[in-house]
Amino acid sequence: MACIEARGLRKTYGSTVALDRVDLEVEDGRILGLIGPNGAGKTTALNAFVGLTSYEGQLHVLGRNPWSERDRLMRDVCFIADVAVLPRWIRVSQLLDYVAGVHPRFDRSKATAALAKTGIALNQRVRQLSKGMVTQLHLAIVMAIDARLLILDEPTLGLDLLSRKAFYDSLLTDYLERSRTVVVATHQVEEVQHILTDLMFIDRGRIVFNRRMDDVEALYREVLVHPDAIGTARSLNPIYERQAVGRSVLLFEGVDPQQLAALGDVRTPSVADLFVAIMSRRGAQPQGAVQ
Amino acid sequence: MNTSSQAMAGSHVGSDAVTPGDISLVRRLYWSVTRELWENRSIYLAPLAAAGVFLVGFLFGLGGLPARVRAAMALAPLQQHHTIEQPFFFVGLVLMLTEVLVAVFYCVDALYGERRDRSILFWKSVPVSDALSVLAKASIPILVLPLIAFVLTTVAQFVMLVVSSAVLAGSGLDSAMVWTHVPLVQTSFINLTHLVLVHGLWYAPLYGWLLLVSAWAKRVPFLWAVLPPAAIGVVEKLAFNTSYVGTMLGDRLGGLSGDAPSGDGMNMVMLATPLTQFLTAPGLWIGLALTAVFLYGAVRLRRVRGVI
Repeated sequence: MACIEARGLRKTYGSTVALDRVDLEVEDGRILGLIGPNGAGKTTALNAFVGLTSYEGQLHVLGRNPWSERDRLMRDVCFIADVAVLPRWIRVSQLLDYVAGVHPRFDRSKATAALAKTGIALNQRVRQLSKGMVTQLHLAIVMAIDARLLILDEPTLGLDLLSRKAFYDSLLTDYLERSRTVVVATHQVEEVQHILTDLMFIDRGRIVFNRRMDDVEALYREVLVHPDAIGTARSLNPIYERQAVGRSVLLFEGVDPQQLAALGDVRTPSVADLFVAIMSRRGAQPQGAVQ
Repeated sequence: MNTSSQAMAGSHVGSDAVTPGDISLVRRLYWSVTRELWENRSIYLAPLAAAGVFLVGFLFGLGGLPARVRAAMALAPLQQHHTIEQPFFFVGLVLMLTEVLVAVFYCVDALYGERRDRSILFWKSVPVSDALSVLAKASIPILVLPLIAFVLTTVAQFVMLVVSSAVLAGSGLDSAMVWTHVPLVQTSFINLTHLVLVHGLWYAPLYGWLLLVSAWAKRVPFLWAVLPPAAIGVVEKLAFNTSYVGTMLGDRLGGLSGDAPSGDGMNMVMLATPLTQFLTAPGLWIGLALTAVFLYGAVRLRRVRGVI
């Protein structure tokens, strides 16, 4: 059984369509990156997964209906929203007491151990902590919960580089320790791409790209084309072309690597470049495909 | 090999049936109420401060106590009783007033504040249902605050009795006198029943209404809670020249009207609530039914309403 299963998932706010009949499936044990521009529907989708928003269509998370069974579901799902949501008045020790009091899968000693590695003191209030520390605190709590699914919505938004790095490092360490499913929505693609197993692009409420990272690496090639081979290269139907340090960089989908090697330097595109390529192709579709 | 197969069977049962570390409803409710007390320290600090201020004032006035008692002894027994009883009655009154004010302000913010500061996203990320959260919040004005007021009143009255009898003994008067005029056990019992029945159960629909508005309003919940009923009252007065709505609200706020003995002024007996009369009053049950409706609405709204 898939961890998350959506059929015709739809959500509208007035005349705005946030999710437009989305079908998706996330298998157990995957780390899925949900990438999309602002307003693409990422937060709406994640909120639907954790029962924070109503929706049309069918949605099952760990076999449950999130909207009607949120409290039951939350025993097995952890969620970090895209805004700082820890109550500012609460003390760190109170937060640990509370979560230990209501959450059957919370391991307090694990959270305390994780906090000991940070500069966070148990008697501090959340409002006294820096933004990075609040995220570390939230992560320490979430990691101490033995959940089957972790949903992260822009978890590192507004953090400095060191905190972002520390965040994803501990996320990966935790993931390797015990296999659980992770869904992370973010703009900071380059920071997550090396930990993802699955990649999904979402735009204007639709899933426009959905592949395993293995397939991405096998299927997509970026070629730094020799100036004299540019004509041949363009005839192979690149899905995107950009200029970098005076040379053309062409992105190909499913073209034989041997064939590409003759055109110039071949490499695997970064998720960011792939994202730009897919998005601009979509954006230009009404006028015809980009050469 | 035996152990491993047993372990597997065990884990299977564990994940399939009720989780081994399942947390009882009572425990989740306890922590939900506790966290309300952490967030809203005024729930106990305000009554504590009110009792403290009253006690300080009472201690400063103690110098005049022997003189007042001597003067009172010349009066008729009933007036004598009232004179001695008065401060003990007043401390109860002050704490009740404080308790109601705290309850009103608490309710107005309870389901509004968590949406405004986005902490609702955290509270909803733990396995606590909306119904349990709203129930925990409703228990603060309906149960917790009346009990806090009761405990503090009793403690304050006890301190006042001890100090008064010491002062009276020091000036050669009968120190047992205050204890007979203010029988602590009976006084506490009257106080407790009044707080639990009137401030808890009778006022419950008012708190339910405030919680409902708190869960619904996108801005200024206090105005939304107060203005519509007031507007309905005004419209009724203008359109039909009647004041049923006003009378109804007044009766609710005034406790069970009609049972207070008049003519004696304000005193302890006034607070005594005849239990059978109270429990058979249709108003009580209509009010409780209304409370249930309001709270149900608040639960539904908490589920639907997102952050502001």
